[in-house]
Amino acid sequence: MTTENNNTNIIEISNLNKWYGEFQALKNINLNIKEGEIIVVCGPSGSGKSTLIRCVNFLEKFQEGEVVVDGIQLTDDAQKIRSIRSEVSMVFQHFNLFPHLSIVDNLTLGPIWVHNETKSEAREKALKLLDRVGIRDQAEKYPNQLSGGQQQRVAIARALCTSPKIMLFDEPTSALDPEMISEVLDVMVELAKEGITMICVTHEMGFARKVAQRIIFMDEGQIIEENDPETFFHHPESDRLKLFLDQILTH
Amino acid sequence: MAVYEQQELRKPPISQVGIVRWLRVNLFSSRVNIGLTLAALYMLYIIIPPLLNWTIFDANFNFGEFSIFGFEFGEVMATNTNCGRSAACWPFIYEKFDMFIYGFYPRDLVWRVDSVFAMTAMLFVIVRLVRNRKGSAKILLTTFVVFPIVSFYLIAGGVFGLEEVKTHQWGGLTLTLVIASVGILVSFPIGILLALGRQSNLRVISFFSTIYIEFIRAVPLITILFMASFVLPLFFTGGVDFDKLLRALIAITLFQAAYFAEVVRGGLQAIPTGQYEAADAIGLNYVQKNALIILPQALKISIPNLVGSSISLFKDTTLVLIIGLMDMLAMVNMTANDINWLGRETEGFVFVTMTMWIFLYSMSRYSRKLEVRFSTDHKN
Repeated sequence: MTTENNNTNIIEISNLNKWYGEFQALKNINLNIKEGEIIVVCGPSGSGKSTLIRCVNFLEKFQEGEVVVDGIQLTDDAQKIRSIRSEVSMVFQHFNLFPHLSIVDNLTLGPIWVHNETKSEAREKALKLLDRVGIRDQAEKYPNQLSGGQQQRVAIARALCTSPKIMLFDEPTSALDPEMISEVLDVMVELAKEGITMICVTHEMGFARKVAQRIIFMDEGQIIEENDPETFFHHPESDRLKLFLDQILTH
Repeated sequence: MAVYEQQELRKPPISQVGIVRWLRVNLFSSRVNIGLTLAALYMLYIIIPPLLNWTIFDANFNFGEFSIFGFEFGEVMATNTNCGRSAACWPFIYEKFDMFIYGFYPRDLVWRVDSVFAMTAMLFVIVRLVRNRKGSAKILLTTFVVFPIVSFYLIAGGVFGLEEVKTHQWGGLTLTLVIASVGILVSFPIGILLALGRQSNLRVISFFSTIYIEFIRAVPLITILFMASFVLPLFFTGGVDFDKLLRALIAITLFQAAYFAEVVRGGLQAIPTGQYEAADAIGLNYVQKNALIILPQALKISIPNLVGSSISLFKDTTLVLIIGLMDMLAMVNMTANDINWLGRETEGFVFVTMTMWIFLYSMSRYSRKLEVRFSTDHKN
């Protein structure tokens, strides 16, 4: 599945290795992602999925290997890290909204302070995005006054507010009540239609089947199998993936 | 199997209310509680009547003759001898009031101190007025920068034709407030920087911040005051003799900064790592991250402890009398040594206690209000 044409690759990860102390969290990861591609990463907990996508915006430091995002190679250089982060947005498992700021202020923070937009244009854009995720009327409230699903939709709007080229989703629905999962997934499906590059770590196999162009299965810090959804679910090759699918799909 | 109707909402059952129930629940709920209540009542019976007699009923309030709209009141002001010893002699406080408030500040210039007091009161009004207005941050910031400068020059003089008043003439409540407010306001930003320094990933900064904080906290304030007052001048032998008050202020500021630093660090530790990650992921730099995301939350959590620490400092300012500064407490001994009012320390101490209590209790109440105002949990 990997493309040889490097020009269209927006993310190139090669020979990525990461350790937490003695423990090796990522083993020799190689992954190229094309612009506009929608990738779902799944696997059992502790398999390194989150660590992998957190290396893309340098929330995690890695010891070996290369990560190139939109032509910029990740190093310790604070300037480079910031310029990558202004193109890569992230949605977290626990939303991580800023509880001391109103919803609309949560959204406008990045545009105003990182992208030097004026307050009024940032606010206008923020309200449009809130409209899109269906919570325009909650703009002046504070995060703790919203339900989990609403908070995660705000978090997605916040991530979109800086007009990123790449969106990273780190288990966006696993902290939500079952009733609220679909409202968040609906927003993500809408996004997927718009051609933004997305990497989603998720256990929502229905979502993966619906929107993913490629699904990556990880276990114990390495990529075990990657395939298009059809092959991934119906003709898994490795035994590890067969076992995993067996476990999650039988119930 | 069955299907159930959705139920109507009901009001909670009306429980017994009223004073009798309150008494039973809070004061007489068990044998131990009854015992404690009775013991407490007995203690109050022993303490309260004599206290009231001393301070009010048997006390002397002869402040001298005065007239309101032409009507004459009062009689000749009481003196130390005809006041009696068994109860308070408030004319002593009345006569020495200026000493307690201004110390040896020249009497014809006290209007300058008074205007600073008035400005302080206005400050609270301004804060209340501009709150939640557009551009309030700018107004408040300017006010909080301009206010201390204007206050300082009003009290110290030496500019704009204002006569200079040397610091050794400052005293009483004025001095107490100067030391406390400078100590609190200047050490606060230093404390924040130290707290961030201690949390820093840069080892050198973290190391020195930690050393500083732990060293200062291991030493009593009085030692630091002595060091600043008597040891420090030994290092400046070349006739450099800088102001005694300034030395005390530096000592107190350095001391308080270490305490504030630990309070703020406590607040910083309560902030979940997710907040740091979200701020990083947005692309904020270190200063923006701390100023916009981390500190506003950390300081909000720290308000009770920050105010608690400020209250301690306010009380500790009385220690400066040991290095010869004449704060409000020092005025008690000073005034009770007046040949006309010998032995009236008790009245002085009671007065100072009440004054301190008014200030400190207000601070405590104000902190409570701030907490409520900054709360963003589940309101509306």
